[in-house]
Amino acid sequence: MSATSETARLQLTGITKRFPGVLANDHVGFSVRPGEIHALLGENGAGKSTLVKMIYGIMQPDEGEIRWNGQRITVANPKAARKLGIGMVFQHFSLFEAMTVLENIALGMDAKIPQRELEGRITAVMSQYGLKLEPQRIVSTLSVGERQRIEIVRALLLNPSLLIMDEPTSVLTPQEVEQLFVVLRKLAAEGCSILYISHKLHEIKALCDTATILRGGKLVDTCDPKVETSRSMAEKMIGGSLKDIQRGASRGFGAEKLKVQSLSLAADGPFGTALKDISFTVRAGEIFGIAGVAGNGQNALLLALSGEEPNLDHASVTVDGVQVGQMHARARRGQGVASVPEERNGHAAVPIFSLADNAILTARDRLGMVRAGLIDPKAARTYAGEVIEAFAVKATGPGAMAESLSGGNLQKYIMGREILQKPSVLVVSQPTWGVDAGAAAAIHQALVDLAATGSAIVVISQDLDELLSLCDTLAVINGGRLSKPMKVSEAKIDEIGLLMGGIHGEEPAHAH
Amino acid sequence: MSLDFIIAAIITVVGLTTPILLAGLGELVVEKSGVLNLGVEGMMLVGAISGFGVTVFTFNPWLGVLGAAAGGAAASMLFAVLVLQLNSNQVATGLALTIFGTGLSSLLGLSFTGRIIVPFLSVFPDWLAKDPVWRLFFGHSPIVYFAILMIPLTSWFLKSTRAGLILRAVGENDLSAHSIGYSVVGVRYAAIAFGGAMAGIGGCYFSMVITPMWAEKMTAGRGWIALALVVFAGWRTGRLLAGAYFFGILMALELYAKASGFSFLPSQFWAAMPYAMTVVALSFISSRGTAGANAPACLGKPFLPSS
Repeated sequence: MSATSETARLQLTGITKRFPGVLANDHVGFSVRPGEIHALLGENGAGKSTLVKMIYGIMQPDEGEIRWNGQRITVANPKAARKLGIGMVFQHFSLFEAMTVLENIALGMDAKIPQRELEGRITAVMSQYGLKLEPQRIVSTLSVGERQRIEIVRALLLNPSLLIMDEPTSVLTPQEVEQLFVVLRKLAAEGCSILYISHKLHEIKALCDTATILRGGKLVDTCDPKVETSRSMAEKMIGGSLKDIQRGASRGFGAEKLKVQSLSLAADGPFGTALKDISFTVRAGEIFGIAGVAGNGQNALLLALSGEEPNLDHASVTVDGVQVGQMHARARRGQGVASVPEERNGHAAVPIFSLADNAILTARDRLGMVRAGLIDPKAARTYAGEVIEAFAVKATGPGAMAESLSGGNLQKYIMGREILQKPSVLVVSQPTWGVDAGAAAAIHQALVDLAATGSAIVVISQDLDELLSLCDTLAVINGGRLSKPMKVSEAKIDEIGLLMGGIHGEEPAHAH
Repeated sequence: MSLDFIIAAIITVVGLTTPILLAGLGELVVEKSGVLNLGVEGMMLVGAISGFGVTVFTFNPWLGVLGAAAGGAAASMLFAVLVLQLNSNQVATGLALTIFGTGLSSLLGLSFTGRIIVPFLSVFPDWLAKDPVWRLFFGHSPIVYFAILMIPLTSWFLKSTRAGLILRAVGENDLSAHSIGYSVVGVRYAAIAFGGAMAGIGGCYFSMVITPMWAEKMTAGRGWIALALVVFAGWRTGRLLAGAYFFGILMALELYAKASGFSFLPSQFWAAMPYAMTVVALSFISSRGTAGANAPACLGKPFLPSS
């Protein structure tokens, strides 16, 4: 035992990976001890994912060496990684929706194990770590937390000595995060090393022993997160000082702008969620947050508010006193409703259209870009240019293809496209999903500024931290139902977490 | 209706069903791996001519069937390279395969026109099939028994073997399967080859059993019915068998209507029925919600493991 604790379990030296035009990893090196929980911290595009993909054998480094228990190794593919004892839980679960839990786990096993024996081993691992799952359930019926448990069980069945967790908490409720941490701490205590990738600093402070910070593909620092402050780590991560949201002094709310009354909507498809009797109001200048775990009706709600899914009940949605329930998206835009859906490529923007053409798609009526059925390309280009300038979008110009922009830049452009139309009501979903901290701060600031001009804003997000820092009022959506709105200043995280988990008021009797 | 008529009708239905059952089963496996190969008709025709050609040269129908399987598989490999290696559009490539297969089989068939082979009929001793009722069980070409045997085999393969599980996983979520470490392209090559071989055997049923001679476009659009059958069956092997015989009955009605033995409806009506029934089945499946989840999620999508 003492012999192994002296040599690092995993040691990377001078790892370099080039992609056409980008240096994804530039001579990165760090080491992980047995039983250590090691954080890999960095913004999107900092090279975290590339680095772990090389450890797990999905990609090969161009330069540098990987040592495993002191031995220099080449990880040819994920199978080889698993053979060494490296397990990985992906951010986007590699699960098969239409298959059972058991089939999903069997697929992750390299050895052919009879079903009976596999079931026994799964039960053993689950009871050992308190992970609850029903082997015969179809994955599409499971919650996100349960799906993650499948991935964890799948990794644990291989008795890994290094477990890589890629942004594991981004989709979990606060309670689920706590349960996950219990499992991870137990694993670490048993000697399993954990490489924990995240950009959530308070989690890293709570869980990790060491943090390696990457920025732009380079190693910035390796530090002890218990000593550092969240702010100091964040500043190392973004390489500059962190900007707080600037709010105007007086934040009184004006008249009621958006009123949603008993809004219901049938589920779309077998995996959709129906909306059930949703009511809330948003006043001028107010930012109304809707929290919830993914798949609880957020998408349906956005479609119902934007008008992509008109409602039979005309009174279900009212904007500035005008009933718009039966109106389609275009008519609602005429009433001053703008929206930004969650999916940037393909929903909010057409990837193979230029930025100017994408501007026409939502701004043509409000800004008069179409005359007598003909597009006015000059107006579109001018407007796209304005958006690019006002929101500091990194693009070659209005003629750039939407798909050529990075996620953060495209999101800034889309948000800017809607905000500069000065909507009366703006509905946005996951405004900073997969966006780096700098762009996220700019987007948050733009939303706050828009609210200050008297617009009503609805922000649907899974990121509770974002909602708490951005919103005035907060409600939780679960199973297509919306909780009572609460003032953010008075909201308790525990209570929000329980609401997100679908528990209303009472103690979680058998939280698993 | 006399017993003889009923038996004759059943034998007709079996004959009509076997090619679409074979081709449909092959296509089901292909689609379960996430690939939509619309070239079934083309592969059947290539199978029909290769089976016929091999039999003409070797006088051995068993080798002929093998040749048909090889011919169908070879044609499907053309599709596989384009779709899997070069990521071409599956629908367009499949249609091109049908056009190509039709043309190629016609070209190869030029030298075979007018030649006749011994039909590949029952291999059971004659006395077994003497009685008309016994003929129902022992009077068919070996290809018929092969087709029926392949149903439980394929079902068992997909449900209970690890290879079948991997194949379904690849069709369900190719990126996940790739990230776990399975060869998506490899699995799909194998599935497409199997689909081609089955379509080839289905095609040679026309040139070696139904009419033991070569004629251009002799599969007469049955490849399209096989494609409809897979959807009609909701990608389930058991239902594929039932659906194939149901379609077989519809096609028999079309033939009888054409021969005007009895025709309370025109033959075109019966010819259109399999497609109409597929639409009905599709709307039924989607209205039931979750049952539609049986369609492979990655069906027809190119596999682009860039990220």
